[in-house]
Amino acid sequence: MRWALAGAVVVLLALPAVLSPYALTLFILIFFYGFLGQSWNIVGGYAGQLSAGHAVFVGVGGYTATMLSIELGLTPWVGMLIGGVLAALLGAIIGYLGFRFGLRGFYFVLLTVAFAEICRVAVSNIDALGGPLGLYITFTGDPRQFQFQDGRAYYYIALALLLIATGTAWAIERRRFGVYLAAIREDESAAQALGVNALKYKMLAMIVSSFLTGLGGTFYAFYLFSLQPNTLFGIPLSVEIIIRPIVGGAGTLLGPILGSFILTPLAEISRLYLGQGGHHGAHLIAYGVLLIAVVLFLPEGAYPRLRRALARRAGEAR
Amino acid sequence: MVQGVVSGLLFGGVYSLMAVGLTLIFGVMRVVNFAHGDMMVWGMYLAYALATRAGVDPYVSFLVCAAALFALGLGVQRGLVDRIVEAPHEMQILLMLGVALVLENVALLAFGPEPTRVRSPLASATLWLGPVFVDVARLVTFLVALALTTALWAFLFRTDLGRTIRAAADNTYGALVIGTDVRRVYAVAFGVGAACVGAAGALVSPILPFQPPTGLSLSVASFNIVIIGGMGSLLGAFVGGLLVSLAESLGAVFLKPSLKELFSFSLLIVILIFRPAGLFGRRSA
Amino acid sequence: MSLLAARGLTKRFGGLQAVAGLDLEVGRGEMLGLIGPNGAGKTTVFNLLSGFLVPDAGDIVLDGRSIVGLPPHAICRLGLARTFQIVRPFPRMTVLENVHVGALARYPRAPEALARARDVVAQVGLDARALVLAGALTLADRKRLELARALATGPAMLLLDEVMAGLNPTEIETIIRLIRAIHESGVSILLIEHNMRAVMTLSQRIVVLSFGERIAEGAPAEIANHPKVVEAYLGDEYVRAAPA
Repeated sequence: MRWALAGAVVVLLALPAVLSPYALTLFILIFFYGFLGQSWNIVGGYAGQLSAGHAVFVGVGGYTATMLSIELGLTPWVGMLIGGVLAALLGAIIGYLGFRFGLRGFYFVLLTVAFAEICRVAVSNIDALGGPLGLYITFTGDPRQFQFQDGRAYYYIALALLLIATGTAWAIERRRFGVYLAAIREDESAAQALGVNALKYKMLAMIVSSFLTGLGGTFYAFYLFSLQPNTLFGIPLSVEIIIRPIVGGAGTLLGPILGSFILTPLAEISRLYLGQGGHHGAHLIAYGVLLIAVVLFLPEGAYPRLRRALARRAGEAR
Repeated sequence: MVQGVVSGLLFGGVYSLMAVGLTLIFGVMRVVNFAHGDMMVWGMYLAYALATRAGVDPYVSFLVCAAALFALGLGVQRGLVDRIVEAPHEMQILLMLGVALVLENVALLAFGPEPTRVRSPLASATLWLGPVFVDVARLVTFLVALALTTALWAFLFRTDLGRTIRAAADNTYGALVIGTDVRRVYAVAFGVGAACVGAAGALVSPILPFQPPTGLSLSVASFNIVIIGGMGSLLGAFVGGLLVSLAESLGAVFLKPSLKELFSFSLLIVILIFRPAGLFGRRSA
Repeated sequence: MSLLAARGLTKRFGGLQAVAGLDLEVGRGEMLGLIGPNGAGKTTVFNLLSGFLVPDAGDIVLDGRSIVGLPPHAICRLGLARTFQIVRPFPRMTVLENVHVGALARYPRAPEALARARDVVAQVGLDARALVLAGALTLADRKRLELARALATGPAMLLLDEVMAGLNPTEIETIIRLIRAIHESGVSILLIEHNMRAVMTLSQRIVVLSFGERIAEGAPAEIANHPKVVEAYLGDEYVRAAPA
């Protein structure tokens, strides 16, 4: 298995040489949304705390780096880290309010959605942050400003982000942190009786997850050269974030990646064929149906099912 | 300011109806209907379609909307929710989120993103009631909502099926033991819950401009009310509806309209953190 | 000095006085049985001792240290572990992974904790099913798993809540032997049980609870015919009928 993964990474590193610009963009999106999904996975999948407002961290990260760049000329490479830290701070606040006051299940979902919507409306109403029309970034092509002429640079950055998030999840999975998160997800009270400080570990998961997601905000802003509050803080982005790990397998390492490889091309296709005339809701219908289908038929996600099928195949081959 | 109070109270009838519907669904099945607001929006669009295509006034068509949404609720419950009654809560949440997504975006596809309102002859009429003037539309909405809630109360407390539903809500296992067809109870409860917002949507369509994304705000408003009033308490939902509507219209007096959403969501957070078992309710499962 | 001592333990739920000024002591290396009719407050006592409930009044001292108000995970780390009356396995994790969680309380590094978990799994006799998902186990095995998980935390004091409920006679025999072995390895045990034979066989001393108060205490033989105990369980007509 390890060799297969290593091989895949090598292939991905070499791929840009043979990809068309369109395919390159597709891969960038696969990696980027996979990265966001993997970051969410840490708190939503491993720890089992369903956050449906994760876009708020993308927004905080993106707006922070952009404002620092516009107002202070600070390079987004540093702005990205600051944005991540601020996102982590917000994550800590949301986490503390939720976990300290015992908000589980749907109460926690509501809390996260509420925070995301508050930020969305607040930012829309603050003219200094660009109001409802948002902010625009002038194209300079300067790498120190996180801008690149060559699309391949974005490819490698997105891939790096995905690998960082996956590496983090992997490191967590094999340590006590990861085992405790799984226990909390399965039965928080029983875990507490076994010495697990649920509050502490949920908070840690939330902070790590929101920091990583915040980093993504900068990439988003500087890849698209613009930010709008409705896009960056909105529910559609939150849905994009969670659907890949859920379909691919929440709480598994490869689930979000598999989910992104499945869903991102599908989303792009539906956007092409159904997205005419501004009906960008169409692919969200597909997401909704998919979510329902996954819950009914494939609750643990595609990856665990796939892994079992492959193991059976390997067992039969012997 | 008294104006604001009266206005608010009148809108409360609708809020109460919405909240009672949500409570019915939650109380019986312990399922949180994240698609509640989106179902209401469909009630609104249905009323709109009936008004523009068939010239039916929403104050009449609300019955049709209620029936249509009843069918939708029944379908959703039988086809989807029923299959995951035993599943962990996250699965139920995700399922209803999926339903919400589908409902909202099909509406977007079918009706477009522009805000709409239904024209009703009552909508522009006003009436003096003592020192304040009152929208006739709001008054009628309030009275009809009140009538519906009373009818619902009669159904739940005076009919056999209603009593069975309440029994199942109180103690599902016990209801099973005495031979209740629990699946049927669930289906009816979900259907009635959806019918409530179907009616509420139609009643509100002349007063409130709506668009597909309105569903989320309506869902949040419903959750606010139900959590304040106490999860699982019908009386709490009813009273909570009036209270929250009051609070919101007082807020609207002092705040910019675009900040109204901010207020709603902030209220939700405060309630979530300080929620007791609500005014009348028991703690949720 | 006793290992665990509760003094004046009181807990009220609204109008119901669940536990009323209870004094309880478990000596080092002792196996104490806690019995009483349903509703006597036994599980409430466990919840108070393990930190899942905060007492309205009273003190709880574990190994010389007051633990009132500490959260459950802290109390577990101080050496008091408990099982639940209705078992709560982590269903989507294997037997070994379940016990691993417990072991991490004693050994923070995952590999060492895993080794200890393996030992404990073998100790309770579940090694043949170590890789089975907990959700797929029989009730008897789940009870053993519950025991193993608590044991893996390396407790000095173990609270067992009706471990035998729902088990058939053979399974009960097995569990009795297991509990005895755990006790002999040096763990002090406080045992809630309805199975009288088991309690009488295992306990060195028994405390009887009724309506949140201690109504009797002593060696098993004394308790069996104690008039107050008979009265609490069966009603006072039987007190007069009971053989002396």
